[in-house]
Amino acid sequence: MISSSKSLTANEGQSRGDRLKSNLALVRPEATAAEPKVWVRDVSLSYPSSNGDRLLALDGIELNVRAGEFLCIVGPSGCGKSTLLHIITGLHRPTSGSVRVDDKIVDGPSPSRILIFQELGLFPWLTVTENVEFGLKMASLSHKEREERAAHYLRMVHLLQFRDSYIHQLSGGMRQRVALARALAMEPDVLLMDEPFAALDAQTRDLLHDELERIWAETGRTVVFVTHNVREAARLGDRVIVMTFRPGRIKREFLVDLPRPRQIEDSSVAGMARDILEELRTEINKSLEQEYHPHS
Amino acid sequence: MKLAFRQLIFYALLLAVWIVVARLRIWPPYMVPSPQGVFESLRTGFVDHSFWIAIGVSLKRIAIGYSLSVAIGVALGLLLASSEFLEQTLGGLMVSLQSLPSICWLPMAVLWFGLSDKAILFVVVLGSVLSVTISMEAGRKQMPKIYALAGRNLGANGLKLFFYVLFPASLPYLVSGLKQGWAFAWRSLIAGEMIFVSLGLGQLLMMGRDLNDMSQVVAVMILIVAIGYIVDGLIFKTMERRLQDKWGLSPATQ
Repeated sequence: MISSSKSLTANEGQSRGDRLKSNLALVRPEATAAEPKVWVRDVSLSYPSSNGDRLLALDGIELNVRAGEFLCIVGPSGCGKSTLLHIITGLHRPTSGSVRVDDKIVDGPSPSRILIFQELGLFPWLTVTENVEFGLKMASLSHKEREERAAHYLRMVHLLQFRDSYIHQLSGGMRQRVALARALAMEPDVLLMDEPFAALDAQTRDLLHDELERIWAETGRTVVFVTHNVREAARLGDRVIVMTFRPGRIKREFLVDLPRPRQIEDSSVAGMARDILEELRTEINKSLEQEYHPHS
Repeated sequence: MKLAFRQLIFYALLLAVWIVVARLRIWPPYMVPSPQGVFESLRTGFVDHSFWIAIGVSLKRIAIGYSLSVAIGVALGLLLASSEFLEQTLGGLMVSLQSLPSICWLPMAVLWFGLSDKAILFVVVLGSVLSVTISMEAGRKQMPKIYALAGRNLGANGLKLFFYVLFPASLPYLVSGLKQGWAFAWRSLIAGEMIFVSLGLGQLLMMGRDLNDMSQVVAVMILIVAIGYIVDGLIFKTMERRLQDKWGLSPATQ
């Protein structure tokens, strides 16, 4: 199992410059051959805390995502992984460093990078179709085009018969799929997902993993998927990045070289998840310690 | 069904008591009119068109005044919600001004605008704009931030963001303010119309007083209540029901 996956380590305790170099050295051959789709360069974020100091949330994040890659980011809660997604989306500015997509600097939100929020952010005053059509309407697509595209993606997530429902009438899993269809309808270059399945029951989650993997294969989108669930990361990702607890740094990355389609019960997936979890455990412990002894 | 039955019994009893009291002639009819007298006033009022004209004039005024106060209130509420400074200064002033009965603006209005439609509109707008402003501000602030983030991510900016996201997202919070604003506007209007020959329902009420015609006074009062009730049922109840259909049971808690 372990032999089926290569893992690369960035040692802790190095100076920043060294770490930067070693991170660059981690770039895989195929990622350097073609320009990376998303290039996160030395991104740091700090904000003023309640006692007046500046709190470092993200520290020197270096990250490349290949076009068409499915990248998962795992980390304990509070490691800044959601914030990193917001920064890549352009909804949040880093204190230093930059994000490039297709060699263009990200300086605000754009429909070419769609984020599926943890809370989804579906619009309850609109029907399912109207939600999916929302971004297309903002982009001034014709009524007919909008309708066709919405229908196409609603069919893809098996929700076409619920097109006229309102959001509150849907189950959690269905809402999830509306959010996915709304994001896909924009045909974004990069799809960013922030713990989208965290609130779902296990059966629904397994089902959505299958659907997401199928849709990803069908559409060839670049996906950055944040989760705290290592099984989920091993099940879905081409590559899994482990982040440290506060300040968020990249601790280690795992290549998940397993055949697709995968199943969450596959022993190879479970083995991979175990490796990732081992790496993550010390960070989770740190976060728990902080929670129980916040002032130590 | 049970509710309708109870209400029917209640109003039948009320009418019966009224008939008996009027029949007993304890007070003269110019103090306590008979139901028949009031009905006759209503009938003649509609037959000679004076009620229709008054209703038309009053509804036109309220439509203009209320639209103005919704537009101003929404804009002002958004402005207050956007700045802590404005909220603490202007916002505080608005809350304290709300304790001022709208009719208190009338002397000022008459001095500024004379005995004119403008004076009445001024009172109507000032009477209702604060309710709309305060609820819009609260709505903008209580509304989950995620809607604006998602809207921006999907390409909504500036006015588009406002009309397609911020405004609809704050409607569940705004609707109570709109309703209260309407009630205040309607009251302010009738009060304002009483002061001069304004052709509205308020003036009809005063005309009844001038002619010592209690039947007309009561008839017009019934009209004012009825119109308020119909507008509430037709517009605001519909709006609340539609919001509930869309958002689910308790929109403000989502």
